[in-house]
Amino acid sequence: VRIHCFHGGLKLLGRYDAVPSPVRTCALPPRLYLPLIAREGTIDPLVSVGDRVLRGQCIGEPSGIGAGVHASASGIVVSIEIRDVASPHAARATCVVIGSDGEDHCSPLPRIEDWQHVSRETLLERLQGAGVAGLGGAAFPTHVKLAAPVEILIINGAECEPGIACDRALMVESAREAVRGAALLAHITHARQTIIALGDTMQDAWGAIEGALRDHPFEGAVLAQVPTRYPQGGERQLIETLTGRQVPAHGLPREIGMLCHNVGTAVAAWRSVARGEALTSRIVSVNGAGVARPGNYEVRFGTPIAWLIEQAGGYTSSAARLVAGGAMMGVALPHDDMPVDAGCNAIQVLDEAKILPPVPELPCIRCGECVRVCPARLLPQQLFAYLVREDWPRVQQHRLDACIECGCCAISCPSQIPLVEWYRWGKQELREQARSRQQATASRKRFEVRDARLRRTREERAAQRPPETTAVAAPTISKAEVLAAIARGRARRERRAPGHPPDENGRAR
Amino acid sequence: MSSFAPASAPHLPARSTVRRVMGDVLIALVPGVIAQVWYFGVGVLVQITLAILFGLVFESIMLRLRGQDQMPWISDLSAPVTGALFALCIPAWSPWWIACVAMFAAIVFAKHLYGGLGRNIFNPAMVGYVVVLIAFPLALARWPAPQPLAAHAPGLGDLLQMIFSGHLPAPHRFDTLSQATPLDTVKIEAARGYTLAEIRSNPVFGSLGGKGWEWIANWYALGGFYLLWRRVIHWQVPVALLGTTILLTSPAWIADPDINPLPLQHLFSGGLMLAAFFIATDPVTGAATPRGRLVFGAGVAALTLAIRRWGAYPDGVAFAVLLMNACVPLLDRITIPRAYGHGRTRDE
Repeated sequence: VRIHCFHGGLKLLGRYDAVPSPVRTCALPPRLYLPLIAREGTIDPLVSVGDRVLRGQCIGEPSGIGAGVHASASGIVVSIEIRDVASPHAARATCVVIGSDGEDHCSPLPRIEDWQHVSRETLLERLQGAGVAGLGGAAFPTHVKLAAPVEILIINGAECEPGIACDRALMVESAREAVRGAALLAHITHARQTIIALGDTMQDAWGAIEGALRDHPFEGAVLAQVPTRYPQGGERQLIETLTGRQVPAHGLPREIGMLCHNVGTAVAAWRSVARGEALTSRIVSVNGAGVARPGNYEVRFGTPIAWLIEQAGGYTSSAARLVAGGAMMGVALPHDDMPVDAGCNAIQVLDEAKILPPVPELPCIRCGECVRVCPARLLPQQLFAYLVREDWPRVQQHRLDACIECGCCAISCPSQIPLVEWYRWGKQELREQARSRQQATASRKRFEVRDARLRRTREERAAQRPPETTAVAAPTISKAEVLAAIARGRARRERRAPGHPPDENGRAR
Repeated sequence: MSSFAPASAPHLPARSTVRRVMGDVLIALVPGVIAQVWYFGVGVLVQITLAILFGLVFESIMLRLRGQDQMPWISDLSAPVTGALFALCIPAWSPWWIACVAMFAAIVFAKHLYGGLGRNIFNPAMVGYVVVLIAFPLALARWPAPQPLAAHAPGLGDLLQMIFSGHLPAPHRFDTLSQATPLDTVKIEAARGYTLAEIRSNPVFGSLGGKGWEWIANWYALGGFYLLWRRVIHWQVPVALLGTTILLTSPAWIADPDINPLPLQHLFSGGLMLAAFFIATDPVTGAATPRGRLVFGAGVAALTLAIRRWGAYPDGVAFAVLLMNACVPLLDRITIPRAYGHGRTRDE
C-alpha cells in the first residue's frame, strides 16, 4: 500500500505518557448499569425488576436500526432507573441495573463454524443479535455499517491519541482473532482489498498481527504501517493516508467504495460468529497521573467508572480532571458514578500540572500555526475571527462544518484560545439557525397549502351553487341624494354639539 | 462518588505562548544586530534600547488608558519586537526623538488605536519608520559610513551627545562621517548617466550589495532560518519575496547590465533581507492563508523594486509592506484553501 499523507496533524505520542501494555481483567462489580440508548429511536427494556438474566442475554430491543443491549453479567434486575451516563448522545438515560450474582453464567448463541459458506444476511443478523457495535469510540451498530458491499475495507489499528492504547494492547494479545475478524468483515462486505493499518510505533502489535496473518492468510489482505501522527486514527485521515482519496464532505466512506472498522470491532465480530458471544466487554485504557495503577483493563459494560478506578488503585492526590476518551477529544465527566459503555476507549485522570494553561488567554496574533496543523485544511484563525463577530455567512464560507474538533489548533495556539469550544458553539448556533429557518419554511408551506385548500373549497362551492336566475339590480343612488344625506347628518351633529364646529370633512372634533 | 470540575477538550495545554513567539523573533535578530553593530557601531544598540524603552512606555500608557491589565500584555514582548525592528531601520546616530516619535506612531496609532495586539492592520514598526522617514528625511538620510570605510568613528561620548542633544560635537562633521547608502548611490549616479560598472567602482560597494550591508543581510537571513526552524514564520513569504525579486530583476539585468543592477545586488541592499524574514513575515499584518502569503511576499518584492526604480525614495520596503498590509483582508478572502472533502480528491 502506498502511504500518502494527510494535511496537518501533530506528533503527540512520546511527548505524553503511554499506557503499559498487558491487559488486566477488571473484577466484576456488584452492580452493573446498562443504559438503553439508541442512536435513533428508543430502546425498550425486555426485562422487568426481579428478573433473572444471564450474560449475553438481550435485555433491550431497539425500535429503530440500532443494536440491542445485552446483559454483561448474570444476576437479577434490581431496578430500571434514570441515571447520568457518559454518552455523547444523552446526559441521562434509562438504565437497567443488574445485581451481579458473581457466577457469571452465560447464554451463548450457537456458533457459526463455516462462516465462509454462510450468507451475508445470516452473518449480519448474528452481528445484530450479538449487539456488535463500533469500538473505536462512536459505538455505531456494525451490521448497519456493513450493509452495503465496498471495494476496500480498512481495519483501523492506528490509534494515536495520547492516553489511548487499548487497540494496541488488543492486537498484541488477540492478533489471531483480529485477523480472523478482518477476514470475516471482508467476506461480509465482498471487499477486494482489506488493509490492516497500524501506527509505525507499534512494533509489538505489528509483529503479532504479521504472525497471525501468516497463519491465517486471506485474499486481499494487506498490512500497512502509517505514521503515528494525530489524528491519524480518524477515519477520514486514515482513508486519505492509505488511498490518497478524501471522503466527500457530509458523505460517508461508502460513497467512495470504502469502509473503515476499528480493530476491536473486528475482534468482537469474530467472537460473536465463531464463539457465539455477545459483545459485553471491552478494553479500556486507564491512564493519567491521577490514578495509581494505570493500564489496560478488560471491563464489562455497565461497570461504574468509580469501580474501575478503584480496581486501578484509586485516585492519587493530584487527580484534577476525569476524562472519558483521549486527551484531545475526550469528554470531561462531572463525576465518576457513570457506567463504561462500548464507546469508552479510555478513562483518564489528569493532574493539575498537566491541564493548566501556562499563561492567560491573549488575542489571536494570526501566527498561522493552527492553519499548519489543521487536518481538515481549514483556516482556524479566520473562523475564530468570524465567529467572534458572529459573521455567519463567512463562517459557513470558511467551512466550519468540515471541522472534526480534533483539537490540534487549540493546543498549537500561542494565545491559548479555546478554539474548539468556539467551533462547537458555532456549529450549535448554525444548527439552531437552520432549524428555525426550516420551521419558518415549514409553516409558510403549511399556510400556502391551507390557503390553496380554502381557495379550492371556495371555488368548488361557487361552482356547485345553482346559477342565479334573477340578477339583483344594483342600487342606483344619485350624487344629489348622497350630498343631501351628508348635509342631513351634519345638521344633526351640529344640533348635538353646538360649541364645536365640524372640520371640513364634516367630522366633529 | 468523586466530583470534578467541568472542562472542554482538548485536555492538554497549548505548547507555545505569544511570549515564546516574540522571544524567538528577538533571539533571531541577534546575529544581524551583532553584524550591524560591527559595521555601524554601538549606536545601533543605543537606538534599539531607546526604541524598546519608548515602545514599552507607550504600551503601558495605552494599556492603562484602555483599562487593561499591565502584566500579561506588557510581558508578551510584542512592543520590544516592534521597537527592535524599527531601530534597525534607522541610522545609528539618529537623535532620541526620532525613536520617540516613531514609537508613538507605532504603538499608539498603528497598534492600540486599531484595538491592540493582534488587531492592527498595518505593521507598527513600518508605520513608525515611515512617519519619521517622511517627517525627518534629513536625519534618516545620514547613514554613517560602515566600519571599513569610516575615516574615524566618533567615540561613545560623542555618539551619546549626538543622540541626546541632536548636534554633532565640535570636531566631527556629518559630511565626513556619513555616506550615501549604496541604494542612494545607485539612484543618484544612475540619474547622472553613469553605467552600473562605473557606479560599482565606488568603495561603498562590496561584492554583491553595499560593503557591510551585504554581510548584515547574510546574518539576518541566518536569523530567518532560525525562525523557519522554530516554526515562527512560514516559508511562503521569504521564498516569494526573494524569488520575485530575482525573477523580476533578472530579465532587465540580462538585457542591459549597464543600467540594471545585478539581481543579487537588489537582494543584498537596503532592508530587503530584513523585510523578507522579519518584517513581511509579521503574522498579524500578513496574509493568513498559504497562497495569500505567497502573493503577499511577491507583492512586497514587486512594490519595493518599483519604488527603488521609479520612486523618490532609495528603498521602498517599508512602503511596500504597508501597501501589501492593506491588501491582506482581500488576499485572505480570495485564497481560502479547499477544505477536506470539498472538491477535488488530490490536491495539486
